[in-house]
Amino acid sequence: MGTQSKDNPVLLRIRDLRIEGSSEDQWTEIVRGVNLTLRKGEVLGLIGESGAGKSTIGLACMGFVRDGCRFSDGSIEFDGIDLRKASRAEARALRGKRIAYVAQSAAASFNPAHRLIDQYSEGPVFHGVMSRGEAESDAVELYRRMQLPNPNEIGFRYPHQVSGGQLQRAMTAMAMSCRPDLIIFDEPTTALDVTTQIEVLSAIRDIIRQFGTAAIYISHDLAVVAQMADRIKVLLRGEEVEEADTYAMLAQPREDYTKSLWAVRSHARPEQPPVTDGTPIVSVRNVTAGYGQTIILQDVGFDIHPRRTVAVVGESGSGKSTAARVITGLLPPSDGEVFFDGGLLPPDYRKRSRDQLRQIQMIYQMADTALNPKLRIRDLIGRPAQMYLGLKGRALDDRVRALLSLIELEPEEYLDRLPSELSGGQKQRIGIARALAAEPKFIICDEVTSALDQIVAEGILQLLERLQSEFDLGYMFITHDLSTVRAIADEVVVMKEGRVVEQGPKTEMFQPPHDPYTELLLSSVAEMDPDWLTNLLAQRAAT
Amino acid sequence: MQFLITTFWIVFFVAAALCLGWLFRTMIIRLAPTNFAASMRRAPLTASFGMLVILLYIFVALFAPVLAPFGEREIVGGEFLPWSSEHLLGTDNLGRDMLTRMIYGARNTVGIALATTALAFVVGALLGLLAATVGGWLDQVLGRTVDVLMAIPALIFSLLLLTIFGTSVTTLILVIALIDSTRVFRLARSVAIGIVVMDYIEAAKLRGEGLWYLITREILPNAMAPLVAEFGLRFCFVFLAISALSFLGLGIQPPTADWGSMVRENATLITFGDITPLLPAGAIALLTVAVNFVVDWKLHEASGLKE
Repeated sequence: MGTQSKDNPVLLRIRDLRIEGSSEDQWTEIVRGVNLTLRKGEVLGLIGESGAGKSTIGLACMGFVRDGCRFSDGSIEFDGIDLRKASRAEARALRGKRIAYVAQSAAASFNPAHRLIDQYSEGPVFHGVMSRGEAESDAVELYRRMQLPNPNEIGFRYPHQVSGGQLQRAMTAMAMSCRPDLIIFDEPTTALDVTTQIEVLSAIRDIIRQFGTAAIYISHDLAVVAQMADRIKVLLRGEEVEEADTYAMLAQPREDYTKSLWAVRSHARPEQPPVTDGTPIVSVRNVTAGYGQTIILQDVGFDIHPRRTVAVVGESGSGKSTAARVITGLLPPSDGEVFFDGGLLPPDYRKRSRDQLRQIQMIYQMADTALNPKLRIRDLIGRPAQMYLGLKGRALDDRVRALLSLIELEPEEYLDRLPSELSGGQKQRIGIARALAAEPKFIICDEVTSALDQIVAEGILQLLERLQSEFDLGYMFITHDLSTVRAIADEVVVMKEGRVVEQGPKTEMFQPPHDPYTELLLSSVAEMDPDWLTNLLAQRAAT
Repeated sequence: MQFLITTFWIVFFVAAALCLGWLFRTMIIRLAPTNFAASMRRAPLTASFGMLVILLYIFVALFAPVLAPFGEREIVGGEFLPWSSEHLLGTDNLGRDMLTRMIYGARNTVGIALATTALAFVVGALLGLLAATVGGWLDQVLGRTVDVLMAIPALIFSLLLLTIFGTSVTTLILVIALIDSTRVFRLARSVAIGIVVMDYIEAAKLRGEGLWYLITREILPNAMAPLVAEFGLRFCFVFLAISALSFLGLGIQPPTADWGSMVRENATLITFGDITPLLPAGAIALLTVAVNFVVDWKLHEASGLKE
């Protein structure tokens, strides 16, 4: 970030851009007259919730629209070339060479059948910028600048042989291969956990500064965008809400919508007195579990009391989800036991009684795969009620309607829909309703908000909190997002490499002294301060 | 000149087929209930032509005794009579009316093929879904058994089994259904393998659902699209297999009318430049093409592509 870019010549100018998408044989406008100006070497952040048109605008900067969409009006001028009028060949000469794109999921965007370096070389060789040999040595140079381990060798690996964070950096290096004037980053760190996110963010920021590349950085996470962008543009339903310099925007947002984006982060659950007596609803004691010879969980133990939320935190691979699988009985532990309301639970779910199964319900991370796409909402929610409570006909119908009202969806409108006819947040609500239909005492929430954008996630968290006090539920809340922990948890369990490194009430956890790992996790959470990343890196370098 | 005339006829038939398809589609859209009409409106002309042909065959098969001018096994005149107003397609090698035998042939060949395919699907799909859901040793046993059965060439295997168990319609259906169910098993299993790892299956298992519910309510609806497509193709293969076996003398036994054996019985006529023996073959070809038109459309729809 710098002010020097203010006087640079304009690189990209978008005027009154309108894009339409077709659904059910009708064209609806998804981008409604957006203006955008980007100077050479400048970084613009695009932020908004899903459906705001961020990605569509990002792709439009390359003169590209997705299948089923079309440009209806406006102009996209890149360095004097009108991309809307450019022929296919002209556009192809620009893409990859002067405008590059970094996609959200590097794992899905790399071709799994080719080595990283082969994919790196493809662009420069195709555009005639470098020979194959030059491209390979250039790749090593850029891998080094992206701070990838073993830059000399990593290119000769296949995509599945490197981690997600490394893959995302390799992809940024690849986008840099032709030294483009503009790179579009579409949520490059959304799928990564906080500690990896920092590495990727700092590597991306360094490299675009070194080469003076202009960038458009798309994200729904305001704190992340603030680290990267000189200016921020807020979008809502295909329209611009406001645009300002990063510092100005963070200090003084003008519009109500922008303020609501800020407010999301400030939600925090009031402190509750710690539970000292009474039987915990679920108690995990000295559990060791794994698959075959590989041990994933080692000597893990924690208690969850009724009406309390225990957040289980850790990066991916730390064993959070495995702990949930042990509680549900999908993975019988090799050692240790799980108690429910004081009684020992059979380790295998197939040995548990129907009532034991009913008491422990689960809400999944990806509502898309957690709801059978061929069943209607009525059946999805109705089935547990029918099975466990023996409801039929009229009573079942009433119950399903009551559940839908409980999750704030209009029964008349949604009863007969399929999951594909719902938005992401609504699907997650159906997942919650399905868990509630069993009238459980304990619910496991596995990263329930991580696939949702902030405002929708906030709604889900509030709903969960309300339901907890209404039905005296105990929650086990698996997450890697510490701001979610702050918002909803009473107690925190921090996990690393299959072990519990620290546990206790939330207030204690957020105050020093910490376990070194907890400290790392806590400091990695992006803050609403444009200098946060710079300061953090300086601080870590000093110690 | 000859070439031009051939081209003309080909163009004529294709155009006529598309016109018929269009007329049929328009009619359905007018008459059918709204949601079916809506999906018909998106159907290509080839698919509606295919549906028309299939309906026609079903109609002929159902009302064979009413439509046929003579009895199925009735000898009505001299052998190999040419086409005339009395015998529209002439007579066969024993003096039976060719048109009558064609009409009854639709009933026998299509009926048996349908029964066989249905049986192959019930057995193959259920076992395939079961193998994928249960996994473990059951999957291994079923999978290896199917591998063994598939290792033997289908036609040779069916000839062998029919020679051992004799040639009745029941054994014919059972033998071909057994052989074809192995192919269905493989497809159903591989489709279901992708479905059983989904979270909603895990959720259903944790809910305590039984195997039958899991297979029929959670897995089958999601595996339907490829299975339906396979049903259409499999139907054609079974159809051809029965005709091939009949042609070889081990399929549907005379005097029952069947398109495969009709080709063989009257094959001598081909040497005299008469196309009559090829008509049953043409009937087989037309139905096969028609079924595939419809299947293509269904596949296209299931894959979620828009043109």
